[in-house]
Formats: sequence, C-alpha cells, structure tokens
Amino acid sequence: MNEPAPKRGPRLSWLLLLLPFAAMLFVPFYNRVEPTFLGIPFFYWYQLLWIPLGVLVLLPAYLADRR
Amino acid sequence: MNPVAVTIFIALFAFVTLLGFGAARWRRGDLDHLHEWGLGGRRFGTLVTWFLLGGDLYTAYTFVAVPALMFGAGAVGFFAVPYTVLVYPILFAVFPKLWAVAHEKGYVTAADVVRGRFDSRMLALAIAVTGIVATMPYIALQLVGMEVVIAGLGIPMTMTVAGVAVPDAPLLIAFVVLAAYTYNSGLRAPALIAVVKDALLYITVLAAVIVIPAQLGGYAKIFASVDAKSLLLAPAAPGNLGAQSAYATLALGSALALLLYPHSVTGLLSASSVKAVKRNAVILPAYSFALGLIALLGFMAVAAGVKSLPEFASGFKQFGNTFAVPALFLHSFPAWFVGIAFAAIAIGALVPAAIMSIACANLFTRNIYKEFIAPNASHKSESQVAKITSLVVKLGALFFIIELPMQYAINLQLLGGILIIQTLPAVFLGLYMRRLHPMALLAGWAAGIAAGAWMFVDAGYKTTYALKLFSLTVPCYEALSSLVLNLAIALVLSAMLGGGKRQESRA
Repeated sequence: MNEPAPKRGPRLSWLLLLLPFAAMLFVPFYNRVEPTFLGIPFFYWYQLLWIPLGVLVLLPAYLADRR
Repeated sequence: MNPVAVTIFIALFAFVTLLGFGAARWRRGDLDHLHEWGLGGRRFGTLVTWFLLGGDLYTAYTFVAVPALMFGAGAVGFFAVPYTVLVYPILFAVFPKLWAVAHEKGYVTAADVVRGRFDSRMLALAIAVTGIVATMPYIALQLVGMEVVIAGLGIPMTMTVAGVAVPDAPLLIAFVVLAAYTYNSGLRAPALIAVVKDALLYITVLAAVIVIPAQLGGYAKIFASVDAKSLLLAPAAPGNLGAQSAYATLALGSALALLLYPHSVTGLLSASSVKAVKRNAVILPAYSFALGLIALLGFMAVAAGVKSLPEFASGFKQFGNTFAVPALFLHSFPAWFVGIAFAAIAIGALVPAAIMSIACANLFTRNIYKEFIAPNASHKSESQVAKITSLVVKLGALFFIIELPMQYAINLQLLGGILIIQTLPAVFLGLYMRRLHPMALLAGWAAGIAAGAWMFVDAGYKTTYALKLFSLTVPCYEALSSLVLNLAIALVLSAMLGGGKRQESRA
C-alpha cells in the first residue's frame, strides 16, 4: 500500500467509507413515511437498503487493497 | 407443552452438544497452548470466521430484544439497522491493522496490543478490566433469550430431581453443558456450533418474513396496524433535537462500542489472515439484513395482536415485551417449526456466551494472571488458568440471572457499552497515532468512565442524556458524549506530555 504508484486509488476509495455515516446519521432526511415501497414506509426500506449499499461502498477499497 | 416442538428442540440441542465436544478434534491443535484453546489456533478461514462472528456479534439477546423494543416502543428499536451498517466501514478501517499487529507479535487480546504499543502495564490492566466488566452482564443476558423460549415451549422451569425441587433446572442443565464443552474444546466449539445455529437462524428468518406477512395480509397492513406515533421518530421541536439525535448517536456509539468488546476482538483475531478479516467486512452484512427483518417481527407481533391473546398472557406477565417474538412464532407456525425456530434462539445464546467467556478468560490470563500474578507461567498453566476462568465467568453469569432481577443485568449491559467505548483511544487510535501518551490515555479513560456512569445514573438508568448546548437541547447516547470527553483529555494531555515512549518491548 505504501508504493508510490497506486496511492491515489486507495485514498479515493477510502473516502467512500464515509458515505454510510452521512446517510445514516442525518436522521431528518429519512424520518418519514412517503414514498412507501411494497407498503413499507420510507424510514424502514431506506435503512434496510443501506445494508447492501454499505457493502457496495466497501468494495472499491477492498479491491484496491487486495494487491 | 407441545411434544413435537419440545422433541425437536431437545434433539437439536443434543446434536450441538455432541458437536461441541467433538470440536476439540477439529483442525486439531495442542489445547495446552492459549492461542490454540482461546483463538482456535488462528486458523479460521473466511467462511468459518463468518459463521463465528455472525453467531458472536448478532447474539440471541439481540434477536429477542430488538423486536421486543420495536413491539413496545416502535421506530426507535430500528436503530439496530443503522448501527450495523456503520460497524463494517469501521471494521474494515481498523481490524486488518489490529490483526496484523497481533499476528506479528503473538498477541491474544486487545490489552496485549496496548501493552506492547505503550509499554504501560497499568493502561493494559485498565483495558482488560474494562473488557471483563463490560462483558459479564452481556453473558448473563444471553440466558434471558434461552429462558424465554424454554418458557414458551411450556417446559417447567422448576424440576424435581430425586425428590428435591430445583428452580431454573433447564437453564442450569444448558449452562453446565455449555461450560463443559467450552472447557474441553475452547474456541473451536462455538465456531462449529455457530454453523448449525446460523443455518437454523436463516431458515427461521426466511420462513418468518414470508409466512407471517402472508397470514397477516401483507406488509402494508402490518405497518397500518402500528400506532402512527411509534411508526416514526418524534420530529425535532424548537430548541430540542429530540428522538432523532438520540437515534443517530445510539447508532454511531453502539457501532464503535461493538468492535471493542473482547468477544469481537477474539473472533477477529482467530481469523487466519488479513484477507479473511477484510472479506468478512464485506460478507458479514448478510446478518445485518437478517437482523433488520427480525426487527420487523416486532411490528408483525403488533399486527397479529398476540398481546391480547389469553394463551400468551402468562408469558407476557413474566417476560414483558421480550415474549413478543416467541408468542408470534407460537401463534403463526406449526409445532415442528416452532421447535426449529426456538432451537435457533437457544443455540444462538450458546455461541456468544461461549465466545464471551473465552474472551474474558483470555484477558484475565494474559493481562492479569501472567502480568501481575505469575509472570513465569508455562504455556500449559496459562491455558489451564484460562479454562478455569471461563468456568468461573459462566457461573457468575448464571448466579446473576437466577438470583437477581433481570432488570439489573439489562442495566449493567447498557452501562457496559458506555464503559467499553472508553478503550477506543488506546486500542484503535493507538494503532495509528504514535504521539499518544499512556498516562494521557489513562486519564481520558478514567474521565470517560466517570462521566458516562454519572450520566447513566442521573438519567435514571437510561442510555441517552440530554446535553444542553447553549439554548439547544441535544439528547445524546452517553457512550458517545463521554467518549468525546475522553478523546479531548487524551489528545490534549498527550500534546502536553510530549507523546509516549514508543517501544515494542514485549514479543
């Protein structure tokens, strides 16, 4: 990870890890019923959706780090 | 008592007991070495680590308590979802480094890592004691999950053995069995049992989220039956951020605290490589999804109206809202499937209880016994002390739950999260920041614990404390606000003391 060449890649992908914090900690954004999905209020499906999205934002850092 | 459900339940329980004892032979190692008994020889690959950590971090108590909170209090209980979303970026950022340091130097506990990094016995002792104190009530609470399903099956809690009435007999039996195979096989036992437990758990969750909504007429109807006031968090009022700031801080604070618990560290250090740790940050969220669905069972229990059904009246009277999910299962599933679902919960209590007691035993042996009592202890006596400690820890938990009101264990577990998070500066920041001074870390730890415990008591044993920032009231999880104080003291004092001696003195 300390070689000069791939330095930029990992840095950017690490910033992605901050996204879940922004999405989960700003509660007023998702504290509402509409739009519902399959009858499930936004509050619930939005947070459930962030479980797979949380995996997606990890992937670039995971792949960049693997070398 | 339903004979079909009870038979299946007992058969599954007997099966995992055999597995637990047989685990000693699995990937055989010399169990007279602590890293073999207490870390499974650091030989668990990606998949075993996944099962082990899944069984470890998502405890039976969590699976009962989260829907119970949804059932009783509504939207607030859903904080478990953002909490588990935030765990994995943190795990990914910190644990590969922690694993690498521990692997290189042969460390077994977080306190070992701190001891090596800062060369301070007192700081390491503080980390070890905090870990043990925070974990003990957590082990006790695993018994609650087990107790609720045993009562739900209608098995009598008081049994007559040779003419003598033994109260809590099923719990005693389960715990003696658990203690015996943990002693015998170490971390290999919960690792192997976790595979069975997780298979049962996923089957149960899948069935529950398909079968029960179909019976209740779909998700829209389920959410419609929930009181409008508990469906969302109360919006902020002028001058008070209210439930929303409590929700966000609970999620963040719990995520930070979870990974500092000794059972998390033990589980992650038993992985065979950095790659296994990183891969698990990517695949463990599968359990978060299961937890999110299980949380919704609380609302399904509301929609099914289990609380007003006469057959569940005694269960709710004895266990309160904790009985919501067992009642829902009894109401919705055929008897044979109730046996499987309840076994998933009861076996789900055994896995974390075993790992937690092993983690406490590792801490006591490495950072108290070997450090202060018998510095020249051989590998064999080190391993022996750990085995005995794991027994003592479990006996303590059993005594706790049988002799004291359940509320004590619940309050102490809540306090445990506030205590364990105070080890974050030493354990996590210590990996990255060279300029921290051990005395500054110790001062921050002490201040964080004092402030956190004081807020917890002052709030009436509640985990959120209303902070007043000028004219704004911000309800905040006490673990997070006390951690901020801890960090501020640790950083400012470190700057004044000019950083620590950075030695890696002990291999």
